[in-house]
Amino acid sequence: MRLTIAAGFSVIALLFSSVAFPQGGAAKDAGGPNDACLMCHSDPAAKGATGKSIGLDAKKFAASVHGEMQLPCAACHADVSADKIPHEKVKPVDCSGCHEKPAKEYAGTVHGKARAHGNNVAASCASCHGTHDILRSKDPASRTNHLNLEATCGSCHGNDQLVKEANLPGGNVQAKYHDSIHGRDLRDAKKGMQLAVPECTDCHGAHSILPKSDEKSRTSRARIPDTCGACHQQVKSRFEKSEHGKLRQDNNLASPGCTDCHSAHGIQKHDQPNWQLEVIGTCGNCHSDYIKSFRDTFHGQVTSLGYANVATCDACHGAHQVLPAANPASKVSKENRLETCQTCHPKANENFASFDPHANRHDKARSPLLYYVGLFMDLLLLGVFAFFGLHTILWAYRSARVVLERRKGGTGGHDSEEKR
Amino acid sequence: MSTTTTAQKGTAIPQAAGSRSGRYYQRFDRIERGMHALLMVTFIGCALTGLPLLLADEKWSAALVRLFGGFEGAGLIHRICAAVMIVVFVAHVVRVFARAIRRNNLMGILWGPHSMVPQPQDIVDMYRHVKWFLSAGPRPQFDRWTYWEKFDYWAVFWGMFIIGGSGLLLWFPEFFAIFLPGWAFNIATLVHGEEALLAVGFIFTIHFFNGHLRPEKFPMDKVIFTGRIPEHELKDERPVEYARLASAGQLAARETSPPSPGAVAFGTYVGGAAVIAGIVTIVLIFYSFM
Repeated sequence: MRLTIAAGFSVIALLFSSVAFPQGGAAKDAGGPNDACLMCHSDPAAKGATGKSIGLDAKKFAASVHGEMQLPCAACHADVSADKIPHEKVKPVDCSGCHEKPAKEYAGTVHGKARAHGNNVAASCASCHGTHDILRSKDPASRTNHLNLEATCGSCHGNDQLVKEANLPGGNVQAKYHDSIHGRDLRDAKKGMQLAVPECTDCHGAHSILPKSDEKSRTSRARIPDTCGACHQQVKSRFEKSEHGKLRQDNNLASPGCTDCHSAHGIQKHDQPNWQLEVIGTCGNCHSDYIKSFRDTFHGQVTSLGYANVATCDACHGAHQVLPAANPASKVSKENRLETCQTCHPKANENFASFDPHANRHDKARSPLLYYVGLFMDLLLLGVFAFFGLHTILWAYRSARVVLERRKGGTGGHDSEEKR
Repeated sequence: MSTTTTAQKGTAIPQAAGSRSGRYYQRFDRIERGMHALLMVTFIGCALTGLPLLLADEKWSAALVRLFGGFEGAGLIHRICAAVMIVVFVAHVVRVFARAIRRNNLMGILWGPHSMVPQPQDIVDMYRHVKWFLSAGPRPQFDRWTYWEKFDYWAVFWGMFIIGGSGLLLWFPEFFAIFLPGWAFNIATLVHGEEALLAVGFIFTIHFFNGHLRPEKFPMDKVIFTGRIPEHELKDERPVEYARLASAGQLAARETSPPSPGAVAFGTYVGGAAVIAGIVTIVLIFYSFM
């Protein structure tokens, strides 16, 4: 039943398209090389014998970069012959015939490799560039235009179902990017503001996308500072002078790079409370002891409760130029500490600045006085609660017995009380 | 001398099934009751606004702080309560000395049945009390202040200096840093929190039990709110005081009217709410440490 209906539709569609065609179509007016093909294929609703769509928008093709060049259909569909209709099974288009270099580069990317291994979800040329409607990247309507790449890449990397099924790295990265500072800037740029906004390919490359585990990838641990530094040059130079930057120069890639603190796709402005609170945990990934001792202070407690308007790590240590206290240039060096405290506590003096914001009551060597005071307090608590805990339990037991006995004594409660 | 008291049943303390002479004796005057009420309210205020900071990792802490309008709001309530508590404390100390000077009896602060200072008799009482717990002796005969009441009292004194002092340091760090080194603030932070745990843990379990929740008193001893102790309770629980007053002929001077319905209602509802708030706090603390 369904088959008959489908077949019926196909016939109607074929008839319709052949009737409709003579009435217009840019290709026809131009007397282009593709008139013969467009006789059947110019109706977007046209379907082949198998029910598969065979239509294309002739106007769009004419406006496309290939249409402009008046490329014949056979330039891409070389295996299709007009002699045999319906055509034999058509082979996928191979762009490498003309676009040799990008096709070769593509073969080495995550997408190209996945395709080669039989993954037919991975992006092909057409996934990003389209098919019959390919426009130059400069064209604001192009899928690969700078301002449209979020949507283009997002058609897979922002599709929750696909992300889940294909296990795409990083999850729904479009959603993260969309809400990030870069994503917001992109929207402003779309409204016409002159902004240099990075989108997907600025960090990942286009025909050179590699997994971040690949050293050569622009998003590998080693290369991230260069990738971000392409725009954030001043930050990069400060970072390179910091302790973290120096460690990286010694090839210690465990040292944090940009994305460790800022994340990759969901980058927030540094004054966002949520990010400020999260970054404490990020520092704590390596500096766990210091987070614990920070949590023992007022600053640490308030941030734990979810309020960011007190000092967090970077308030004292700086962000990109973190240096050890022993370095006189450090914000927490002897020379600079008071000034650092005074940014929030303007009346602070030397004594105030000698407060140890990372004192550890369990560390006898670092904080001996605190250690013994803590020990005293622990013993005091233990002593009081042990003594009065026992006192209370015994008393409760004895009193309960007295009260029960009094009740058992019957209605003459008064008498039994007198006896007591 | 005994009048039947059915008429006053409504206002009489209901729990202990005892003889109902209907006579009441003054135990706490109006100012003492007011001070206890203020201490109670401000203590709970400080506890509820301070504990979330000490146990800041807990979800309930964040929720509680939001209830107070964020950490600034909680901090403001904490400081107001603390300031009132300090004023009450100072007023109490001034009053103790003023009264002693007026009566020309400064030694009375340190010695005698009206003194809060522990006496040798308190050691004896405690020993006998524990023996009684173990059914190894009769219940000791207590005077006006028992040893556990004195402990409660001095615990507040100690706490006032430790928590109050460290709290002031943390409240005005720039000022105190003029003459105190930085580590004083490290110590103050630690001590303020630990002592707060001790105070909260003690008041909300042991003081509540001693004063209110033990079977003889359950659910609440309202004498601290009404100021009046029924004759049978005075005779039964503080026989030494009763005998002393009787032999000195002071009983009549101490006798007072039955508690006013307002004072009873205050004790029942406000006192009851305080006990419940305290117990909830203890449950939350236990939950946090598990």
